[in-house]
Amino acid sequence: MIHTPRSGLLVPPALDTEAIRKDFPVLQRVLHDGKPLVYLDNAATSQKPRQVLDVVTEYYEQHNANVHRGVHTLAEEATALYEGARDKVAAFINAPSRDEVVFTKNASESLNLVANMLGWADEPYRVGPDTEIVITEMEHHSNIVPWQLLAQRTGAKLKWFGLTDDGRLDLSNIDEVITEKTKVVSFVLVSNILGTVNPVEAIVRRAQDVGALVVIDASQAAPHMVLDVQALEADFVAFTGHKMLAPTGIGVLWGRQELLEDLPPFLGGGEMIETVSMSSSTYAPAPHKFEAGTPPISQAIGLGAAIDYLTAVGMDAIAAHEHRITEYALERLQEVPELRIIGPATAESRGAAISFTLGDIHPHDVGQVLDEQGIAVRVGHHCARPVCLRYGIPATTRASFYLYSTEAEVDALIAGLDHVRNFFG
Amino acid sequence: MKMDSMYQEIILDHYKHPHGKGLRDGDAEVHHVNPTCGDEITLRVRLDGNTVADISYESQGCSISQASASVLNDLVVGKSVGEAQQIQEAFLELMQSKGQAEGDEEVLEDAIAFAGVSKYPARVKCALLSWMAWKDATAQALADTPVKESA
Repeated sequence: MIHTPRSGLLVPPALDTEAIRKDFPVLQRVLHDGKPLVYLDNAATSQKPRQVLDVVTEYYEQHNANVHRGVHTLAEEATALYEGARDKVAAFINAPSRDEVVFTKNASESLNLVANMLGWADEPYRVGPDTEIVITEMEHHSNIVPWQLLAQRTGAKLKWFGLTDDGRLDLSNIDEVITEKTKVVSFVLVSNILGTVNPVEAIVRRAQDVGALVVIDASQAAPHMVLDVQALEADFVAFTGHKMLAPTGIGVLWGRQELLEDLPPFLGGGEMIETVSMSSSTYAPAPHKFEAGTPPISQAIGLGAAIDYLTAVGMDAIAAHEHRITEYALERLQEVPELRIIGPATAESRGAAISFTLGDIHPHDVGQVLDEQGIAVRVGHHCARPVCLRYGIPATTRASFYLYSTEAEVDALIAGLDHVRNFFG
Repeated sequence: MKMDSMYQEIILDHYKHPHGKGLRDGDAEVHHVNPTCGDEITLRVRLDGNTVADISYESQGCSISQASASVLNDLVVGKSVGEAQQIQEAFLELMQSKGQAEGDEEVLEDAIAFAGVSKYPARVKCALLSWMAWKDATAQALADTPVKESA
């Protein structure tokens, strides 16, 4: 999935990170006694470029109105901008149709939406007693809890793939985990805690063999690599805007058109109906069937602007840049005494989030002392507590990179970790 | 430096050499977690009449949560339940002061070193974990043995 250049002709141009960084106002910040911000918490959320902020401001200053109703100029402009963002998303993920792009508030809502569609669906999609749901041990809580709820409410059985010691999915028992009883397989494309890029094809193949639907959580993939929903061959793909330069409050669920047509709505309300009487209603066609109520309009438009920005830089070039930074960071981190990488130790089939432990020093203390040097990392279990349990650790420190990250920032992290070791040593 | 006001030498000492750690007999046991960071503590309280005879604990977590449990053990063991509750309330007040209080050294002794932590909202829960566990365990021990008051 991560682009690895094979020949001179195919090498994407190196990113001009210096120029890119100038687009991000917050990256100019200086913290605590003159320490420049070193922002290494991109897997939690990305920073926003001026181009996105300007589009959102201009929307509120010039076009603000509710969408899909009203015939006045502003309403038509707001609707065109909002629906234009849907076109941009569809192109960005190579969706066959713009009607397959459902706007939600985040990836969690997207995944909950699928789980609820399947809980209320008719045959053959219905998840009920004597059926099985399959996830993996490296999921974010947002791809665990909705399925636990669905299993509890329907009597279905929840199963999962375990992990290998080096942070990969253990698919050795794939035929026992995914069976004729499996209705849905939901897994993460790139792990937010381990950084692992999962082998989509093997899982999709087996799921298709038994007629199970495939849901892919692409929250840590969409910001960082070319995401082609047709190439993935999944049935649903979920991701969130704020990790890919867009505002918070906007997520996406892509679903195959015939499924979106067949499956029932979850949230009811305005916008998602065709006709309403006191005794019953009929529903708008997808995607509107799944977008009850006033949607996150400015956030969707911001996501469109973020996609414009990412596309102009080039997703191949971003993936190649992050691959280089990840390789460098893994190499430097492994020079730090007592540092243990939690997840793949090489950059192969790996994203740019790197979790580690540092001797017996608790990640909270690591993060606090790094913060004092202006370095922002995430500490804790990263909403993936089962991964921490699997590797027998209470928590990790995680550094995660993006298109504006530099080798100098990796060097700052390494120096920061030396300082942490001295402080608690 | 700001950092130094949080990681006082006293805190680092208690972290590296915790007092009273390990589980021993008790009248009540509780298990508390800090879900945002994974800090955990199992804590037992043993009362002898109206006196806090022992606080024993197994815990994992950051330097702040570990040091805080150690200071709790130092300050509260041997005190009457009433005195201990007053110390607990004084510590809670200090931790909720957002860096505005210094703490009464007469009452809080080593625990005033945590004044700097109160400026960091994300870390206040770490400092309070063992104290809240103690409060919970003590309430359970008292509920189970109400007549011990006069023993």
